[in-house]
Amino acid sequence: MEEIRQFVVFKLGQEEYAVDIMHVNTIERMMPITRVPKAPDYVEGVINLRGEIIPVIDLKKRFGLASGEVTADTRIIIVMLDDLTVGMIVDSATEVVQLPQDSIEPPPSVAGNISSDFLEGVGKIGDRLLIILNLEKIMRPGEAETRAAM
Amino acid sequence: MDSRYLNVFLEEASEHIENLNSNLLNLEKTPSHEVVEEIFRSAHTLKGMAGTMGFNKISELTHEMENLLHEIRSGNFPVTGSVVDVLLECVDLIQKMIDKISIEGNEGQVEINAVIDKLRRLLEGERGLPSKQSSGEVEESFNEFELRIMEEALKKGLKIWEILVKLNDDCLLKSARAFLVFKALENLGEIIKTKPHVQDIEDEKFENEFYIYLVTSKSEKEIMGAVNSVSEIKSVTVKEIKISAGINKIGESESSISKQSTPAPDKINDKNKVKNTTKTLRVDIERLDNLMNLVSELIIIKTRLEEQDKSPEHAQRRREALEYLARITSSLHDAVMKVRMVPIENVFNRFPRVVRDLSKELKKQVNLIIEGAETELDRSIIDEIGDPLIHLVRNAMDHGIETPEERVKKGKPKEGTLKLKAYHDGNNVVIEVSDDGCGVDLEKVLEKAQKLNLVDKTQGKKLKENEILNFLFESGFSTKEKVTDISGRGVGLDVVKTKIESLGGSVEIKTRKNEGTTFLIRLPLTLAIIQALMVELGKEKYAIPLNSIKEIVILQKEELKKVQNNEVILLRGNVVPVLRLHDILDISTDESGEETFTVVIVKKGDKEVGLIVDNLLGEQEIVIKSLGNFLKNIKFIAGATILGNGQVALILDVNALI
Repeated sequence: MEEIRQFVVFKLGQEEYAVDIMHVNTIERMMPITRVPKAPDYVEGVINLRGEIIPVIDLKKRFGLASGEVTADTRIIIVMLDDLTVGMIVDSATEVVQLPQDSIEPPPSVAGNISSDFLEGVGKIGDRLLIILNLEKIMRPGEAETRAAM
Repeated sequence: MDSRYLNVFLEEASEHIENLNSNLLNLEKTPSHEVVEEIFRSAHTLKGMAGTMGFNKISELTHEMENLLHEIRSGNFPVTGSVVDVLLECVDLIQKMIDKISIEGNEGQVEINAVIDKLRRLLEGERGLPSKQSSGEVEESFNEFELRIMEEALKKGLKIWEILVKLNDDCLLKSARAFLVFKALENLGEIIKTKPHVQDIEDEKFENEFYIYLVTSKSEKEIMGAVNSVSEIKSVTVKEIKISAGINKIGESESSISKQSTPAPDKINDKNKVKNTTKTLRVDIERLDNLMNLVSELIIIKTRLEEQDKSPEHAQRRREALEYLARITSSLHDAVMKVRMVPIENVFNRFPRVVRDLSKELKKQVNLIIEGAETELDRSIIDEIGDPLIHLVRNAMDHGIETPEERVKKGKPKEGTLKLKAYHDGNNVVIEVSDDGCGVDLEKVLEKAQKLNLVDKTQGKKLKENEILNFLFESGFSTKEKVTDISGRGVGLDVVKTKIESLGGSVEIKTRKNEGTTFLIRLPLTLAIIQALMVELGKEKYAIPLNSIKEIVILQKEELKKVQNNEVILLRGNVVPVLRLHDILDISTDESGEETFTVVIVKKGDKEVGLIVDNLLGEQEIVIKSLGNFLKNIKFIAGATILGNGQVALILDVNALI
């Protein structure tokens, strides 16, 4: 039996990324962000999401890419992983796609200048390539970074 | 098993254990009928609960406790220190098993037979019956009817055997096996008595063993053979009972002993009425949190309304409505807070036991005084404060209070005093742990601090008393030469301090040589809603908790002085260091040529620091929200709050700044 997974597709620059829909809580428009001093540089700050304080990260900065400008398309994707809730700023959120599990290939060692640590794999739809994120690594910086340092 | 029931079981069990602990101590001090009743009830309830949940060890142990308690209750048994010791030991074991259950879901490998043995020995010893070892004597008391049968049997030349049958531990159909054993033995002779009662054995109300008293002409060997023909039998012990006129005498002496040893229960103590277990409503903490969030929202709305109250039309009416809303929110806030408030008694209650055990262990005589147990604190703080307090109490008993001999030498009463006191002080609750022991030896502390390179020699001499005392809170610091089981391993006070500070509180030490030491713990009443001063730094807004603000001063630029590269101000003759929040929080500033600057003086204990801010925005009630797990270790920031306009403002962690 083939397992079909659903992904939210979004863009950073020209590249298309995807995150498992099971982890996506909501997708929000850009809103005022309060800077948090002494936080890692990719942490943009915190927002008030209907009474809850949610930290927001700039996904491009997290990947070491140059951060882009905020446009009307800019979105904050609120993702949840166990006890963590984080907003990710992306250039645009485009669609939801279905991918069979076996069409997802392991990530190449370098994918669009992003360390493969952050990636779960690459999904193919026709000639489109979706870079699928590994939220665990993105959202638990402590563990990922210490492992990288080792 | 349904985890819902498990949780209820665990909660109720810990309540009963607490009850047992405190009532057993009461029993030791002032035995009274009511206390025994209360203990019996708790043990009985525990037994029932454990039984229904299938925790057989607990129900077995409580059953044995009940047997002993029953004797005490009916006045056949005097309450002595050793009785209380054994009962407390049982309670500890139950606690251990409950802990295991809460973690692993089963009772684990807790050994209960030893203590059950102790219970049984106590009972038997008191009944004036010989101990088990002396074989051939009657262990069990028989009633008149049984005795007559036995006497007649003996006259006929028959023998009476006591047969102890132990079933395999994993035996499933215990009563069926027992039945087969009965059948086998009935072929040999007459069963005159069983222990437990036949009815109980049929209902499987017994552990893995039972006694049968058989009158028969057959030999020991034949009996063994008959019993062993039944499968799943672990062991059989057969003993001949020699009946004589002595039995009756034993019966008599039993009653005479019990008469002597029975305290007249009514006379002893009527004053010491057992406190009724407080009727509590169990509320899921999550639901409370939810309620709290709702109130938070209300407060946010209130603030928003206040900000919009600018247009002149209907200003009066709007103001009235606002005032009303303000009143409702504040009383709603109070109401919700009260739901969350728990008397500190819940924590203090475990200390009589701790002190009792420790004083036995340390061979010190300590009198524990508890004051202000009714003082209420937020549930979340209550849950956290127990461990630090236990630590301080252990410290006081180990390091503080001297041995009786030393105390007498110093001209103090033999018995040391340990005091736990709680009271309200403004928006804080203060908990004091004080002893009348030897006090902290400042010189020793300083010496140790120098050894650990916390301070050099010349600096050390200039230190003030409280600065030296603060070394005690450094990790790895202990002046006690001997490492004991109780304290002195150097882990301790630093942990206490960190814990209390994480709760938004502070610790202070006051000490006097040979007069004693007091630890003062200051805790906020609640962690959820506070009064704060809103300040502006550049374009950002920050909240400073009002309870840590001492005052606000506006100074001329030239009043800012530099001492060794640190900026300070003089405030009524005192030098107060100042911090530029802009620099600390990486906020860009336009150093415009302002002539004055605003300094918020914040305090932590005796320490004061001035914080330079751009603008004061006023006082506001704020709801503290956590930054969440993702950002939990951000320095200088204690949390966040939502402003009236929906934006987020951060709350400064004053403790981290000082």
